[in-house]
Amino acid sequence: MPLVDIRNVSKSYGSARVLDGVSLEVNEGEIVTIIGKSGSGKSTLLRCINALERIDGGEILVEGRSVRTDMPKLREFRQRVGIVFQAFNLFPHLTVERNITLAPVLNKRITRGQGRALALDVLERVGLADKIDAYPAQLSGGQQQRVAIARCLAMGPHLMLFDEVTSALDPELVGEVLKVMEDMARQGMTMVLVTHEMGFARTVASKIVFMHRGRVREEGPPAELFANPRTPELRSFIASVR
Amino acid sequence: MQSLNFQQIWRYQDHLIDGTLHTLLLTLAAALIGTAIGLAGAAAVRSGPRPVRWTIRGYIELIRNTPSLIQLFIVFFVLPNFGLRLNSFEAAAIALGLYFGAYSIEIIRAGLDSIPGSQMEAGQCLGLTRWQVFRHVVLPPALRNVYPAFTGQFVLLLLGTSLASQISAEELFHAGGFIESRTYRSFEVYAVICGIYFALVMAFKLLFAAVGRLAFRWPVGR
Repeated sequence: MPLVDIRNVSKSYGSARVLDGVSLEVNEGEIVTIIGKSGSGKSTLLRCINALERIDGGEILVEGRSVRTDMPKLREFRQRVGIVFQAFNLFPHLTVERNITLAPVLNKRITRGQGRALALDVLERVGLADKIDAYPAQLSGGQQQRVAIARCLAMGPHLMLFDEVTSALDPELVGEVLKVMEDMARQGMTMVLVTHEMGFARTVASKIVFMHRGRVREEGPPAELFANPRTPELRSFIASVR
Repeated sequence: MQSLNFQQIWRYQDHLIDGTLHTLLLTLAAALIGTAIGLAGAAAVRSGPRPVRWTIRGYIELIRNTPSLIQLFIVFFVLPNFGLRLNSFEAAAIALGLYFGAYSIEIIRAGLDSIPGSQMEAGQCLGLTRWQVFRHVVLPPALRNVYPAFTGQFVLLLLGTSLASQISAEELFHAGGFIESRTYRSFEVYAVICGIYFALVMAFKLLFAAVGRLAFRWPVGR
């Protein structure tokens, strides 16, 4: 059974059809990268997986359970599916430690002491243990994004979603974030990401999905897809990002 | 022209102290009522059902567009006809609390609106409840953003408590009127009263600055 099973999903904003019968499977341990022009529906699809957006038709199954914005146990579901955003979305008034431990302390009933140990553990995985007492405004963009990843990891997710997480970063800060994601990939985390980092997509992804106008136009292993694009849309897309 | 004579005033220092304490008490009581109304009202105006939102909007418009003095009279003179008997201090605390509440709702709502939706989304994605997102994610930075406006409104409330003298609540301005009627030293009395109001406001401004530094310690983003 695939970890994520997207079946013929459609969604419209008014008369604009942003998802038009999308089907996609993500197996456990896979790194699936969604590429495509802006407006192709890739971020919307990602947000649907986490029930941040309602779908109009079709079905999304995660771990065998149907995902809906009004599904029972939505909050427990979201704890298992981490999402990292383009704009980091750290809480500016909380230290790095409290950003990470806010949800576990409130909802998993761990003590402050256990929280600090948990924060240190996940911060070590993103290489920022020394920033545990800093506030977000005192960190660079790359560091903030790594904290955002650590905050997700602290929830013990079964699946991680990345929505253009390096797009808001200065070029010299992109590498440190991608490295953290590569480490997670190596450790077997299932990941779905929307990205413009073709180098990363090429080397780390187990599957590339090319979206165009709300549809999946091509999918396959990166080497194959980049070497032999079958559709003219993918061919022109590859040419434009190179 | 008479020469200035503050000595006579000083003999009524007990009245001045008592009046000052009542002004403080009245301000704090109204601020407490008004802040509670402000927090609940601002949350409801943003996400409550439509009839609740309309009711709150009506309340805000009514309070902000009518004289506070008349509101005070209505609470003190009219509500007893409906069986709600209040002494002048209670009536003043309620009327001024309602007045402060209307402004607080607007101020706090502006603060809540200043927090981008992406912050709420991030909270939801961590599995927080709506209440937890409001309390832990949205409220602290929202309050920081409107803290100067809120404390400014508090100062207006403090000064506005002088209205309560009109229903014989024994606050500072009322004490001034009493002393004047005994001494006929209008200028000296109101100079002293004015000085006390000024000192109170300055003291609160210092207090608010200190509280602000303690409560909002995080550096602001770039």
